[in-house]
Amino acid sequence: MVRTIAIGGVAACLVLGLLFPWIKTPVIVGLCYALAALGVGVLMRAGQVSFGHAMYACIAGYTVAFLGRRFPGADALLLLVAGVGMSVIAGAIIGVFVVRYREIFFGMLNLALSMVLFSLLGKFYEVTGGTDGLRIERPTLAGVVFERAGFETALLVVALVLAILLGWAVQRYYHSAAGEALAGVKTNETRLEYLGLSSQRILWNGYVLSAGLVGLSGALIALLQGLVTPESGYWLRSGEYVFIAILGGAAHALGAFMGAFLFELIKLVAAAYLTGIWQLLLGVTLIIVILLAPGGLTGLLLARRERERGGAALEEPVRVTGEG
Amino acid sequence: VSADLILLALADGFSYAGLLFLVALGLTLIFGVLNILNVAHGSLYAFGGYSAATLVIWSLKGGQASSALLLACLFAAALVVGIVLGLALELGLLRRVQDKDPVVQLLITFAAFMILEDLLRLAFGTQPYSASEVVTRLGTVDVFGVTYTNYQLFLIPGVALVAYGALQYFLRATRVGKQIVAATHNAEVATAMGINARRIRLVTFLLGAVLGALGGALAAPTTSLVPGVGTDMIVLSFAVIATAGLGQITGALIAALMIGLARSIAVYTIPELEVVVPYLIMVLVLLVRPYGLFTVAKARKI
Repeated sequence: MVRTIAIGGVAACLVLGLLFPWIKTPVIVGLCYALAALGVGVLMRAGQVSFGHAMYACIAGYTVAFLGRRFPGADALLLLVAGVGMSVIAGAIIGVFVVRYREIFFGMLNLALSMVLFSLLGKFYEVTGGTDGLRIERPTLAGVVFERAGFETALLVVALVLAILLGWAVQRYYHSAAGEALAGVKTNETRLEYLGLSSQRILWNGYVLSAGLVGLSGALIALLQGLVTPESGYWLRSGEYVFIAILGGAAHALGAFMGAFLFELIKLVAAAYLTGIWQLLLGVTLIIVILLAPGGLTGLLLARRERERGGAALEEPVRVTGEG
Repeated sequence: VSADLILLALADGFSYAGLLFLVALGLTLIFGVLNILNVAHGSLYAFGGYSAATLVIWSLKGGQASSALLLACLFAAALVVGIVLGLALELGLLRRVQDKDPVVQLLITFAAFMILEDLLRLAFGTQPYSASEVVTRLGTVDVFGVTYTNYQLFLIPGVALVAYGALQYFLRATRVGKQIVAATHNAEVATAMGINARRIRLVTFLLGAVLGALGGALAAPTTSLVPGVGTDMIVLSFAVIATAGLGQITGALIAALMIGLARSIAVYTIPELEVVVPYLIMVLVLLVRPYGLFTVAKARKI
């Protein structure tokens, strides 16, 4: 089931993107949001919600912009690597500090830090271009000079390949010893420590991974739009990532992609028919999901799979909602 | 920096701290009893502000509105907004998720916040609102040669202190207040002792909601309200209660003063850092005391 959806999704992205050029950008943006939500979902696995992770997208985006302007010949792939590297470094440093906190403090400390970054970017006009942000000239991709349309197609392919690889890798991570320990941070930290594991260390690993994933999404979006603004680090953006992760559910890495698909769909519908109440629509959806399907889309999916197997499931799906 | 500037910064800081305290007080009270960080508190602030401004503008249109009537408008708006939205949020949403994960409860209030932000825009449009007439009516005062408005120097800090005093009295000396304290301390034991936890949760939430709306209503005359005011306020008031320690009322007063004063000093000395200062204070405090300045140590549950 999971495999069918994944393959179908990849095929749909490619076919739609190539057949209808206007849909290419939403598809890439959707994939980027999915990557970011994948990162946020890693932390959700540990029961933590960050309301400030957009700062890593922002850090990566500005890294791409700064380097792209400083070294005009730099290749897009190189810029991507640099952007992700920078967000990983930032995540590693900030992580040391924030993994000491849980739940609301964790969420809000991330939020506070992202607000600091957001306002600094807006204030120091000479360096960051203020609220207008920085433009990025379209770089070469893998050494090839592209026109706008070709560049977008190439980015679509890059984003898809990365999405498949990372979705698979994150799912593997969830079922590795380190990933199971991460879920243990949510269930019972004290027991984890009795096993001789450092819950802070485990959460730190997850935090750095999630910072890198969100960073990758930020770098990709910066390249796609040719522009990076402080808005990319605003806390409502972080909220959207959380929203997608909840919508998809934390049971499977695929959740982030399904969530992002639904999110983009709502966005398109809202833009076409219901302008002005876009946030309202998101809020209502979020409430419905929390009240009716607390495990998100993958939660529903895995529950069905379990029923089909006659209830003898090999693995317990990890739900976002625990028993309290 | 001249002496005048310092005085101005101090007066500004006190007035700002007053508003911050009112909002943070509501937030920390709700957290204490319901164990929910109510993100929609920012919307209560915004709705309070917009409704107060609208009410003031209406009564001015009517011709001869006395200063007392204008002030009454502010408080009435806060009361109505707080009770109406508070009832809707608590009965409609929070009650349904009260046994779920704290993370889920946080997200429910986040969803409510998103909905309310759009409703606010639909109801009041995007043009800025202000009720500055109230400030003009109350006149100005000279303190050591610096002219300052009575509204900001006396009214806001005054209301904040009265709210603080009244709340302390309410919590310590009245029946319902004592029940709230008991529920804050341990909801389970309080229920076992025969306290109606549902009612206490509702009363506390309404009280907190009115305080949040009051913060907005009192801010309406001094600032121009634009979409997004609630967003800034919720983050800022969280910084206050995190610095103080969640659920700490006196702590919130001190933290609001610290952050309010630091921010207004920053406005006059290093304006670029104005927005950053509250968070810096919070981060520095949390580095040293991970659960806030005034939190008492809790036993670990295994």
